[in-house]
Amino acid sequence: MLPKLFFVYFAVMIIVLSLLVVTRKNLVHSIMWMLLLFIHIGGLYLFLNAEFLAAIQIIVYAGAILVLFLFVVLLLNIREEFGQRWFIRSWQGRGFVAAALLLAIMLALQYIVLAPMGKYSIDYIQRETHAKVLGTVLFNEYVFPFMIIALVLFVPMIAAVVLAIKRRKA
Amino acid sequence: MDFALTLGIIVIKIAVVFGIVLFHVAYATYFERKIIGRMQARHGPMEVGPHGLLQPFADIIKLFFKEDIVPSHADRWLFYIAPAIVVISSMTALSVLPFFEGFVIADINIGLLFILVITSISVYGIVIAGWSSNSKYSFLGGLRSAAQLISYEIAMGLSLVGVILMAGSMNLSDIVKAQHQYPLGMFAFPQFLGFFVFVVAAFAETNRAPFDLPEAEQELVAGYFTEYSGFRFALFFLGEYIAMLTMSIMVTLCFLGGWTIPLFMTNALPFLSYVPGIVWFLMKVYAFMFLFYWIRATLPRYRYDQLMAIGWKVLIPLSFANVLITAFIMRWL
Repeated sequence: MLPKLFFVYFAVMIIVLSLLVVTRKNLVHSIMWMLLLFIHIGGLYLFLNAEFLAAIQIIVYAGAILVLFLFVVLLLNIREEFGQRWFIRSWQGRGFVAAALLLAIMLALQYIVLAPMGKYSIDYIQRETHAKVLGTVLFNEYVFPFMIIALVLFVPMIAAVVLAIKRRKA
Repeated sequence: MDFALTLGIIVIKIAVVFGIVLFHVAYATYFERKIIGRMQARHGPMEVGPHGLLQPFADIIKLFFKEDIVPSHADRWLFYIAPAIVVISSMTALSVLPFFEGFVIADINIGLLFILVITSISVYGIVIAGWSSNSKYSFLGGLRSAAQLISYEIAMGLSLVGVILMAGSMNLSDIVKAQHQYPLGMFAFPQFLGFFVFVVAAFAETNRAPFDLPEAEQELVAGYFTEYSGFRFALFFLGEYIAMLTMSIMVTLCFLGGWTIPLFMTNALPFLSYVPGIVWFLMKVYAFMFLFYWIRATLPRYRYDQLMAIGWKVLIPLSFANVLITAFIMRWL
């Protein structure tokens, strides 16, 4: 009973907070609600016995990415650019976009395949600690995808450096 | 019943830690003024009580009765929340720190990561305080702080990877035990690079001199908390001093052997093993707190570009080198 209550709390809060994030007029307020949203997502990971992922979720998303969002919002002071109230004017257009998104999500849900359990039961993970199990799996069974992701993340970093250098010359 | 007992023990532990830490924060301010005073050939506080010993309480009473001012056009809610974020996040960090053998509020597997989580959240308190005050000084202080904390967080996280690799665990109690097994008794010797990077990053993360740009008095009045007064101002101070204590405790636990002393010392002088662990622990923490004051009295502030250059061009490459060397040695030697 208690675990279910926890899950309901986190699920409801995640939905409510997401709505708050997209409806605030003030971007800094949006970011603060988003911070709370990320902490709740971290809580959901904890609830799934994934303590390492929970910590990384908050360190990476709240500690790095969201602070950079905040930094950009503060530096550019973009309050005026959001003066336009609606992105799509007609209500038919808005309804169409919403329906299309809903349809896409429903279709995607049908193709979810549950992966086989393997040896990673909850007992096993609790005994070995989550960080160790995750590391073993990631660096033994999924080394190649891991390397590719590292490369994919490396390319935009080079792009950012190139852009910054060009900006300075001009 | 069993659940109630566990809960009761945890609540008592929290109360004990809370009380001791508040007392330490009060006297950390007193000793800071005393020590820096002595270093500048003056006495420091002398008026309240013998040798000014009651000065912290006088300060607290004064701060409580000051008027609580909110600037016009400030973002009220965020202005109220910002000091709370700073204090709550720095207090939460205390919950995973072991003080001596077996005394820790929450003995979690990812204790070390949890500290990094908490430091990454406390950034928001500072940035939001700067933004919501609607003042140019506060705003610049907040921006500087955001950039500084993000830059040094990377170096700090990486410098701890060496410790994690050597101890084989992220649990802080296990890290201390691993150091006790180690011949030299402290990770500060094999991990000297990580130790250096962590200490420098700890100064930057707590906004202390020589990295106190977010609150540079001469340029920004008081930086991000310029517009705060009375009790809210005190909360920022409380958060900053708890963060200093947390960093001192982290250095002690991860690099200086926590509540243990090296085995060769107890072998040479057997009577030392009867000294309770908390004594060693407090001695190490106080020594590191003294280092905070000492450096504040000694070094001038860095310029902003120097701060960024030290963070990105010196500390981060050094900590990467430390991770690679440690991993190589742990794997093949």
